[in-house]
Amino acid sequence: MDNAKGRVFKYGDNVDTDVIIPARYLNSSDPAELATHCMEDIDKEFTRKVNKGDIIVAAKNFGCGSSREHAPISIKASGVSCVIAETFARIFYRNAINIGLPIIECPEASKNIEAGDEVEIDFNTGIITDITKGTSYQGQAFPEFMQKLIAAGGLVNFINEGK
Amino acid sequence: MGMTMTQKILAKAAGLESVKAGDLIMAELDLVLGNDITSPVAIHEIEKMKVDGVFNKDKIALVPDHFVPNKDIKSAEHCKCVREFARRNEITNYFEVGEMGIEHALLPEKGLTVPGDVIIGADSHTCTYGALGAFSTGVGSTDMAAGMATGKAWFKVPSAIKFVLKGEFSRDVSGKDLILHIIGMIGVDGALYKSMEFVGPGVTSLSMDDRFTVANMAIEAGGKNGIFPVDDKTVEYLKEHTKRDYKVFEADEDAEYDEVYEIDLNELRPTISFPHLPENTHTIDQVHKEGDVKIDQVVIGSCTNGRISDMRIAAKILKGRHIAKGMRAIVLPATQAVYMQCLEEGLLKIFIESGCVVSTPTCGPCLGGYMGVMAAGERCVSTTNRNFVGRMGHVDSEVYLASPAVAAASAIKGCIACPEDL
Repeated sequence: MDNAKGRVFKYGDNVDTDVIIPARYLNSSDPAELATHCMEDIDKEFTRKVNKGDIIVAAKNFGCGSSREHAPISIKASGVSCVIAETFARIFYRNAINIGLPIIECPEASKNIEAGDEVEIDFNTGIITDITKGTSYQGQAFPEFMQKLIAAGGLVNFINEGK
Repeated sequence: MGMTMTQKILAKAAGLESVKAGDLIMAELDLVLGNDITSPVAIHEIEKMKVDGVFNKDKIALVPDHFVPNKDIKSAEHCKCVREFARRNEITNYFEVGEMGIEHALLPEKGLTVPGDVIIGADSHTCTYGALGAFSTGVGSTDMAAGMATGKAWFKVPSAIKFVLKGEFSRDVSGKDLILHIIGMIGVDGALYKSMEFVGPGVTSLSMDDRFTVANMAIEAGGKNGIFPVDDKTVEYLKEHTKRDYKVFEADEDAEYDEVYEIDLNELRPTISFPHLPENTHTIDQVHKEGDVKIDQVVIGSCTNGRISDMRIAAKILKGRHIAKGMRAIVLPATQAVYMQCLEEGLLKIFIESGCVVSTPTCGPCLGGYMGVMAAGERCVSTTNRNFVGRMGHVDSEVYLASPAVAAASAIKGCIACPEDL
């Protein structure tokens, strides 16, 4: 996997899937359309400011609540290259892996990286570098099982390759 | 080392003698579920897979329930996509408007979920079926697609938290108060990635409807699943609703738990979750001390509290009374069968005479979809399961989660109240 590199949007604990993509927009399943409302109920500026490659950093239990895959889909379609958090809610974790949105757990990075910092993530080693601050952190690398899924490009390809 | 109830079910489904927390397994599925929000995404994914149809047309349930009867053109297109997929693949358990209900109330009622099953659903409240001693958990649409195609899903075997229940509920306290109390105690990520196993002598005093409510909200504590042992009440429920064979699993006596909590049901009080997290719980006594919380709307229904006993509790309180002036109270029986039973028992008349509106089964208001969306500054007491920012409408509206008893009493008083206050 290629490294992720971009500017940071920072959020706190328990960012739920209702604020990531509010249910009033779930009458669509088109990634580009969903991206136009991404993070709308927590950060009205997000869609205007986000650039391709940018990174979301949050605290604990990111993605809690509804199982809507529209949440990681909208984040990925916004151009976000990785989400770093102290912990992820489990359904969001699965969904992100399954659709190929890289996510990484790292409490120290989650605590110390600030909004606007430029950050780079090496997925092969799990090392997160805060270029702005000149610091780095060891994030949790994906378990082997999930690396295979990601290497295949997500669950659909993984299944297709197994046939 | 022994296994928890959940671990035993997963071991069986993976064809293994034993499993332990942290193991990655591939499990055979007994049921794969989706609704009108999540299924279209799954259908799009399954069409990309090199598979020939679905793994078993009898083991898939498709329940349009979120935005039906169709709330707008886009929702109609989603429902059409699900309907046509169901026809094309001859899905046995597709439930059209008129026969549908809110998925997690409907499937047990139809006998599709039994003890020992492994069930995934592209809806986070799929954990509801743990009330029957099944392993069931919410997943996303891609997992649902893979499940429909292969009949299998990968899981990381969870560790567990044990909740030992003792005693029985006092008056006006129910399963909703118990699960809100637990979430208040351990937090919205208190059971992250884990099973929540409910055991102890107090379980027998819980009705099946109470157990469905408790298991339903395991996800609100971050849990992978919530599960109850199978007892006489479960067996009685199954006799009434299903012809399927089932296998009963019990936790080993030496099973390991990350944490054990003892809860005396007698000590619980009506409990309300304040905005904007389910863990932000206050007992009714605290609410009274803190001052009146005036409300604009009440919702009684959902996959959490839309079953017949919920309707009966609400009707008993509303009978002979009228909701407060300016209040909007929306009652949603969760399935057509519950609706019919309300009709036969005269509950609909009570609801309407007291000033409530009664809706066809839908998830609509719970997630701010339709049928009760709130404006800025409005407050709702709701028997649903989430009170996140903007959950039921405007980002500046507020949701207070409570039991049907508290919701009904609050509708009458115009502020958060319990039946004792009437």
